[in-house]
Amino acid sequence: MSHQSDLIEKDILAYLKSQEEKSLLRFITCGSVDDGKSTLIGRLLWDSKMIFEDQLAALESDSKKVGTQGGAIDYALLLDGLQAEREQGITIDVAYRFFSTDRRKFIVADTPGHEQYTRNMVTGASTAQVAVILVDARKGLLTQTRRHSYLVSLVGIRHVVLAINKMDLVGYDAERFDTILRDYQQFAAPLGFASITAIPISALNGDNIIDASNNTPWYQGSTLMNYLETVQVEDDARNLPFRMPVQWVNRPHLDFRGFCGTIAAGTIRPGDELQVASSGRTSRVARIVTMNGDLQEAVAGQAVTLTLADEIDISRGDVLAPTDAPPRLSRHPEAHLVWMHDEALQPGKVYLVKTATSVTSGRVTRVQFAVDVNTLEQKQAPTLGLNEIGVVRLELDRPVAFDPYRQNRETGSFIIIDRFTNATVAAGMVIAVAPLESPEAELTELGAALPEAGGLLPRRFILSESSISGTGMGVADLTGERGAIEFEVSESFLDYLGKGNRVLFRLRDVGQLEPVARMAYEHHLNFEFGRDQDRVNVILYLDRQGSLAGNPELHGGGL
Amino acid sequence: MNINLTHLQQLEAESIHIMREVVAEFANPVMLYSIGKDSAVMLHLARKAFYPAPPPFPLLHVDTTWKFREMITFRDRMAAECGLDLIVHVNVEGVNQGISPFTHGSALYTDIMKTEGLKQALDKYKFDAAFGGARRDEEKSRAKERIFSFRDANHRWDPKSQRPELWNLYNTRIKPGESIRVFPLSNWTELDVWQYIHLENIPIVPLYYAAVRPVVERDGMLIMVDDDRLVLKPGEQVQYKSVRFRTLGCYPLTAAVESTADTLPRIIQEMLLTRTSERQGRLIDHDQAGSMEKKKQEGYF
Repeated sequence: MSHQSDLIEKDILAYLKSQEEKSLLRFITCGSVDDGKSTLIGRLLWDSKMIFEDQLAALESDSKKVGTQGGAIDYALLLDGLQAEREQGITIDVAYRFFSTDRRKFIVADTPGHEQYTRNMVTGASTAQVAVILVDARKGLLTQTRRHSYLVSLVGIRHVVLAINKMDLVGYDAERFDTILRDYQQFAAPLGFASITAIPISALNGDNIIDASNNTPWYQGSTLMNYLETVQVEDDARNLPFRMPVQWVNRPHLDFRGFCGTIAAGTIRPGDELQVASSGRTSRVARIVTMNGDLQEAVAGQAVTLTLADEIDISRGDVLAPTDAPPRLSRHPEAHLVWMHDEALQPGKVYLVKTATSVTSGRVTRVQFAVDVNTLEQKQAPTLGLNEIGVVRLELDRPVAFDPYRQNRETGSFIIIDRFTNATVAAGMVIAVAPLESPEAELTELGAALPEAGGLLPRRFILSESSISGTGMGVADLTGERGAIEFEVSESFLDYLGKGNRVLFRLRDVGQLEPVARMAYEHHLNFEFGRDQDRVNVILYLDRQGSLAGNPELHGGGL
Repeated sequence: MNINLTHLQQLEAESIHIMREVVAEFANPVMLYSIGKDSAVMLHLARKAFYPAPPPFPLLHVDTTWKFREMITFRDRMAAECGLDLIVHVNVEGVNQGISPFTHGSALYTDIMKTEGLKQALDKYKFDAAFGGARRDEEKSRAKERIFSFRDANHRWDPKSQRPELWNLYNTRIKPGESIRVFPLSNWTELDVWQYIHLENIPIVPLYYAAVRPVVERDGMLIMVDDDRLVLKPGEQVQYKSVRFRTLGCYPLTAAVESTADTLPRIIQEMLLTRTSERQGRLIDHDQAGSMEKKKQEGYF
């Protein structure tokens, strides 16, 4: 019994109190068509007493009419929501199911296992913390199993349950179970999951779903329910630098200006210094306002309203972040793209790109490669069609604050919308970009154009926004350069500085200062420099007011 | 410092995020207010989302003229207390045709007085987004509906061409005449709603609490005699029983359950110990399998 009936009957207030500390786990189930996925979820709902008598009556009558279990209860019918699907005998979209025990509330994304439905799985997985991947014990790992695992890892799920189902049909054979687990561990090693937990089950008979099964005395691990109730989904988001995309500015009267948003990462307290990612303006948190009273601290996941100590210009789409760890502001993110529409991606075509609260026009300038979801091989591709996945380079009309998706799902994700049909055509995940992005690569291209003169010519660095993709403070590390250097400055680089971004040059010695100073002189830029042991650090920026404010970051080892 | 957010805190944050997104992205949103417990929670969340400002949208109640009288009293009181504009829309054509749940059957009546009435109101005020308190756990077709659910210019839902909905990035783009129905309580369950009402001390219509009320037994259901439009059939008689309602709608279509649960904890206790789902009390779902899906395609909430 999943809810403590005794306590409910005897002391409802005590019971309610005990429920207040309950946590929430979102998971996704993935499996192929006949893996018994719907049966498994139906079983979880059933065993956690979330099926009511009238639903049971309907289930019994439906099982007789359209069931696949010869008139016996067909749990799968609990889940097949839409009539058209019911007639086809399959689920075709993403459905969300709910059940709870005394320890946790669960939200299950139920997605189909059909080949053409990568789209749905990625959708369901985007909000999940754990994936339950079903494998038919008779068949072992299939192409679909590999595909699902890849998608699950792509979308950033770090904990996987390998539910080896239909153990009853292989005589609860421990060796069969071990073989499948070994195969899977080998296959999944490069996917980087934090944990893989294999459980031998029979969804139909209930083995190891709630209670440990007598049929698998060789298995000492958790039952599926026990795993789901206790798995620690480490809350990485809270330990990351603070991020709050501003969703709405609350101005009920002249004396109140609150910035509303859901905290995407980190924690915040009154007094903390914050910076607006796009403008670099800073202020301190004055209050964390809620209807139930001001908070002394707020954490990732909470929807709050912040007021600041100073009146600075902030609007929807801005991201608030700490001054020492701002997100990257970029017009050219590189990203994984999952194409979700019948009409294929058209590189060069203008789409709308929606990130956490900001919408900007943009285009895909290049498909670097597509990924074969079955073999994980990279292949050249001019475009991406429905359910295809690739790595692309985008060009946005204005810089947008991003974190790498691997670090932060909230500030690393985006969707692409067709401007004319308004359809959601793709989901994107920003890949980590190095601070000074491959100057060597730029140089290689340039090197072909320049005559090689025995290394006597200065090394020429092209500075563009895409080569300096850090936000707030980009970094150009020149400490490895021994010869002469010079810079070529692009318009986008000047735009980047014009938006309040700064670039830190780490120099090998004071001799390298000259080309930096020359560049600043030629382009009317400002810089400040500080010594860091034997090295030199220079911060390049554009100050429209022309004033040279002291910059504390230049001093000491903080750089 | 380690504050773990509870399931209700997480659900609350998600709902608030959804509401702010609507206000930021739409020109003319409205909140469908059905006066029931889900609407009560939705209204409470809206107040939290925009505090200290009042929610920046009106409430819309599509009045079938057959609501319980206590619901109407409660509705007017809540709108006044929250400082919100309340729009009450009645399908006048339906009233003029004398449409009644007793004489026209629940299906036709619901279609004309609720679905048609709703569409009329949305067209009249040109709302581009409408919040509804529906939850995914209520009914199978709802389980697959998006939180931001697109409606064409005829208010129709097409379950086969729903927009993929990822992370908390909602596609709010529409063309003129089209609209989005937004369900901020999508991921709440009935138990969550009750626990939250308890925890946050949210006012609800007294009909949810057990009291002695006049009822007649009809087709195996207890129907409350709320006014003199309920005409007794031969053999029926008014009985006084301690009853309450698990769901509130039009009184002729909403069955009461016998109960003595007169406090919130006792209601929750009863809910946890009974084994009948809440839509059982609504006659609309029994008409045919998949009936909710059909109604939703036609524009029902």
